[in-house]
Parts: sequence; structure tokens; C-alpha cells
Amino acid sequence: MKIILNNRPETIDVSQLTLQELIEKKTFTFKLLVTKINGKLIKKEMRDKTPIHEGDDVAIIHMITGG
Amino acid sequence: MTFQEIKKILKKKTVGIAGAGGLGSNCAVALARVGIGKIIIADFDNVRKKNLNRQYFFYEQVGQKKVFAIQDNILFINPYVKVEPHDLKLNSTNIPDIFKKCDVVIEAFDLAEMKQMIIETMQTKMPDIPIIVGLGMAGWGDNNSIKTRQIDNLYICGDEQSEIADDLPPLAPRVGIVAHMQANMALEILLKNSKK
Repeated sequence: MKIILNNRPETIDVSQLTLQELIEKKTFTFKLLVTKINGKLIKKEMRDKTPIHEGDDVAIIHMITGG
Repeated sequence: MTFQEIKKILKKKTVGIAGAGGLGSNCAVALARVGIGKIIIADFDNVRKKNLNRQYFFYEQVGQKKVFAIQDNILFINPYVKVEPHDLKLNSTNIPDIFKKCDVVIEAFDLAEMKQMIIETMQTKMPDIPIIVGLGMAGWGDNNSIKTRQIDNLYICGDEQSEIADDLPPLAPRVGIVAHMQANMALEILLKNSKK
């Protein structure tokens, strides 16, 4: 399936997966993330219940200490 | 637009700044210099000697509350800016109340947990207000890794990689770059579609 991940087109080699599975597949290793699908914020506890669909615009953002 | 025309628009705008440390103090000063109408800034901390490597405070302000010290510094530069300081720790309950009248909000925390908290709070409770976050600015050098990207109403400034550590401290140049990128992004948002 084809999606947009962090503003770039990506092809995922499975037809079904959740946001949590996508995070693991793409090895986003940071402890703290903010995730959005098609502009909607998806909280941590909902990531394994939220499916990714063809054409979805997914943002996975690392939270990094410093400021 | 001339600077006079820019100031006329910015005079009517309010910017919220969450944190008065390395990002917040420098961003606030940049916005004050260009004539933003009002700055609402919140922080619970005091100025410490170790902050002076990057934060817009002076040696004699060590020990003062950051929000009142930055208010003084802003008014030294531009006495026409309205400053609303909040000496408190921001959380998901008080953020909507404090920043509800802002045209744009700058995330200027240091801790990753707090960054996540304000993004989630703003994007769920006040999704119409743009938020500009700073992510990744530790260390030195590598100018060209620092960039901006937009995801709807969420704007990210930084290299999105470098996390502070004992051997990768936050220092004035890179923290200042990101703080000024946030201020610059705020101007872009505030001046967009604005008539003279």
C-alpha cells in the first residue's frame, strides 16, 4: 500500500497494518513520539487500534529534549 | 511590505510562548524587536548561571524568576510590547486558558515529555491555533541540518535528531538559530494574507 510518511511517499509491503506496526516497521526508536494521520492527532494508547489506509498522510514526530 | 506596514499588522497580534529558557527568551526578544503587539509567556523557573550560555538574561538577573526577567528585557528593547507573564508550570489544563487568545503559540520547553504534552493539548483542544515547536538543536556546527517542516497547523523547527547530553550540551548559536527560526515562522504565519 502507498502512503505519505513524514511528507514523503512510501510503499509498505503489507496490505493491512496499524499505526503501531508502522512505527515498529519503520524503526522509530525514540521513546516519545507524536503521531498524526490525515491531520488528526492519534494518542499513544490508540496507536495499536488505528489502522493505516491506502493514501493516508502519516506524520511520526520524535520528541527530542533540548531548548 | 515596509517595516512600518509590517509593524502595523504585528501590533494587533498576540503570540504565546511556552517556556522562557533558551528557545523562549530568544524568540520573545526577536518578536519584541519587530513590534509584536502582545507576548504571553509562561515559565516556573528562575534564572541560573548555567542558563547564561544561551538564554537571553544577564548576570545580575541570576536568581530572578525567568518570566519577570524576560519581561524586563523585552521592555528595555521595546516598551510598546504588552507582556503578560505567567509564573507557573504549564499543563494540559491551564494551556487552553492561558493561550486561548493567541494568534500563534511557540513551544519553548526543554523536556521531550513537555513538548509532547503541549503538542497533544494544542492539537486536540485548540487545533485552529498554529503551534511552532523546536526539536533538535543540541551541540554545535552542522548549520544545514536545521530546517522547518509543516504538518497542518504544526510547524517543526530544528534538526529533529540531536538530543542534549553531557557531551552534547545546548549552546547559544544552535539554540538561537532554532529560536529565531520559530520567530521567523511566526512572522510568516502572522503576515500571510494580511492586508497592509
